[in-house]
Amino acid sequence: MPKLHYLKAMNLALRDEMTRDPAVFLMGEDINLALTNVATGLLHKFGPNRVLETPLSEQGFTNFATGAALTGRRPVVEYQIPFLLMLVLEQIVNQASRFSLMSGGQFRVPVTYLLPASGWKPGWGAQHSDQPYPLFVHMGVKVVLPATPRDAYGLLTSAIRDDDPVVVFAPAAAHGVQETVAFADLVPIPLGVGRVHRAGDDVTVVAMGHLVHDALAVAEDLADEVSVEVFDPRTLHPFDWAGLAASVERTGRLVVLDDANRACGMAGEIIATASEEMRLVAPPRRITRPDGAVLGSVPALDLAMQPNREQLAAAIRRVMKGV
Amino acid sequence: MTTGEAPGPPTGDGHAQLYRTIRLIRRFEERAIELVQSGDIPGIHPCIGQEAAAAGVCAALRPDDVVLSNHRGHGHLLAKGCDPGRLMAEILGRVTGVGRGGGGSLHPADLDSGVYGATATVGHGAAIATGVGWALAQEGGDRVAVAFFGDGAVNQGALLESFNLAALWRVPVLLVCENNLYATTLAAHVGNAGSVVGRAEAFGIPASTVDGQDPVVVRDAARQAVDRARAGGGPSVLELLTYRYQGHHTFELKTHLLYRDKAEVARWQERDPLRIQAERLGAQERELIDAEIEATLEEAVRSALESPEPDPADPLRYLYADGLRTRGGVSYA
Ligand SMILES: Cc1ncc(C[n+]2csc(CCOP(=O)(O)OP(=O)(O)O)c2C)c(N)n1
Repeated sequence: MPKLHYLKAMNLALRDEMTRDPAVFLMGEDINLALTNVATGLLHKFGPNRVLETPLSEQGFTNFATGAALTGRRPVVEYQIPFLLMLVLEQIVNQASRFSLMSGGQFRVPVTYLLPASGWKPGWGAQHSDQPYPLFVHMGVKVVLPATPRDAYGLLTSAIRDDDPVVVFAPAAAHGVQETVAFADLVPIPLGVGRVHRAGDDVTVVAMGHLVHDALAVAEDLADEVSVEVFDPRTLHPFDWAGLAASVERTGRLVVLDDANRACGMAGEIIATASEEMRLVAPPRRITRPDGAVLGSVPALDLAMQPNREQLAAAIRRVMKGV
Repeated sequence: MTTGEAPGPPTGDGHAQLYRTIRLIRRFEERAIELVQSGDIPGIHPCIGQEAAAAGVCAALRPDDVVLSNHRGHGHLLAKGCDPGRLMAEILGRVTGVGRGGGGSLHPADLDSGVYGATATVGHGAAIATGVGWALAQEGGDRVAVAFFGDGAVNQGALLESFNLAALWRVPVLLVCENNLYATTLAAHVGNAGSVVGRAEAFGIPASTVDGQDPVVVRDAARQAVDRARAGGGPSVLELLTYRYQGHHTFELKTHLLYRDKAEVARWQERDPLRIQAERLGAQERELIDAEIEATLEEAVRSALESPEPDPADPLRYLYADGLRTRGGVSYA
């Protein structure tokens, strides 16, 4: 069976959806030359009316995509770096995601915002190094965060077919992941359905994006000691609360591994919900980035702020002790 | 473009139609202000005094053209053909409103009349309209998109970014600046360096400034731009010199902010679009139209007030196009 590369999976999803549905088009910066490797070959196949090279006008072209979507087109907007989302928070949150509600359902805005690089990479400086996905969850915008090539294909496909705005974070740290997969197995994956990557009895570790792979490695390392279940929500909004509950009901213990900042983050939300609604036999724990700004210029300082495997192993042991 | 040109001869259906639209907007807003004062409507941004802009521009459009409106949008919707009863119901927050009460006065949208929305982030509707116009052109027809915005909006970055995109990609969009001389209390000459036309010209977009109080002048200028867009000539910017007689928002009925003197308001009221257009009609014809509009609005207000309010138990009903229901704010009841 062929090895599928994460970036190739996204490229395939775009190619397949653009072939299937003429309403789908792609726009972004430097996509003619496929700088991020996501758009490779698409200009050649679909031409400049389906692959729009944009000037450096994020606010303008994000709104432009909303306008095109109002007429029934299905734009995919590629941004090179997650911090650009700060620039277009208004356009995504306050414009695109408000049209359906404000118009009483007359209009839908099926735009997909694709972040192929997510700035985790150490040393890129303070303005390229954060993970702003919880902002969008907080504002009620659909958010997906695929960890594997097959999920990247399936979730990007569903995001494009979804009638609402969807932000797709494809973490750069997962871009190198390869998976042996039959191409026939590449199918849409519904939003809002999590995935148990590894079954376990003692503790549920919720991990998101590239951290799924760290969680799996730690679970393997601790296998003699503790039976760890690794749950990947895959979509952060809508969130698979039922899937999480099923896992936590069995294990009774919860650790959340989240690459975003601590306050008002996904980890806090997951723990709050589990505490309110699920049966926990030990206090839950979370591992996150610190609150506040990210200092990413010195790789060692940058890495010091990112959740790591040692912290996860320590948290799992602590939760097992019930303290 | 048409600056300084004499308006066409005062004959034909065009004049009655323009008068009807202006009169409808004027009286609609006067009725809406009464409903603000009675506490039925939370507040509105009145466009009284600026009716010729909406009436003239929309007279140059076809029903299948698309308008993106802004916070001062009642006139745009009515001029584009929105049903006054359903618009009144919308700003009263009733389920019979064009957006089932979800848009209100600030954000009414009406697919049937081609108004794709009214965004209140000043200037950003122009960028959305640019995307609409591009997509309409891709469909292969000759439909155009129009954005209305104020003199304050021309200082927004997103709007200027859309000028660039519209010009680069020859988008069939008409960008209409209703320059009413104020952005809330900020006078245009204090807030705007350079000119609206100058901004457009910097991007290579044909632009002109015309008398926004005369609906015939507005219509003819808009028609020229719309014809060019339909023929593949790309975007235009039209600056309409106009004035609002009321405050920025009905909250000014209570605050009595002082930022323009009475003489200035009175001077502009001498060039009232309603009067300018009324003079082009015979008295009898005018009276018939006036009576028809009063009856329409009487019924609009009555039926809107009698309409049911949306169910507060389901406030996010249309948040997601696919009907997704997310968790409520309280997890135990
Ligand atoms: C981007 C933005 N800034 C500020 C506001 C608050 N605000 C609402 S209307 C308005 C004035 C807008 O002036 P203008 O564009 O000239 O339109 P007008 O109200 O005169 O029709 C302001 C400042 C806003 N809604 N959006």
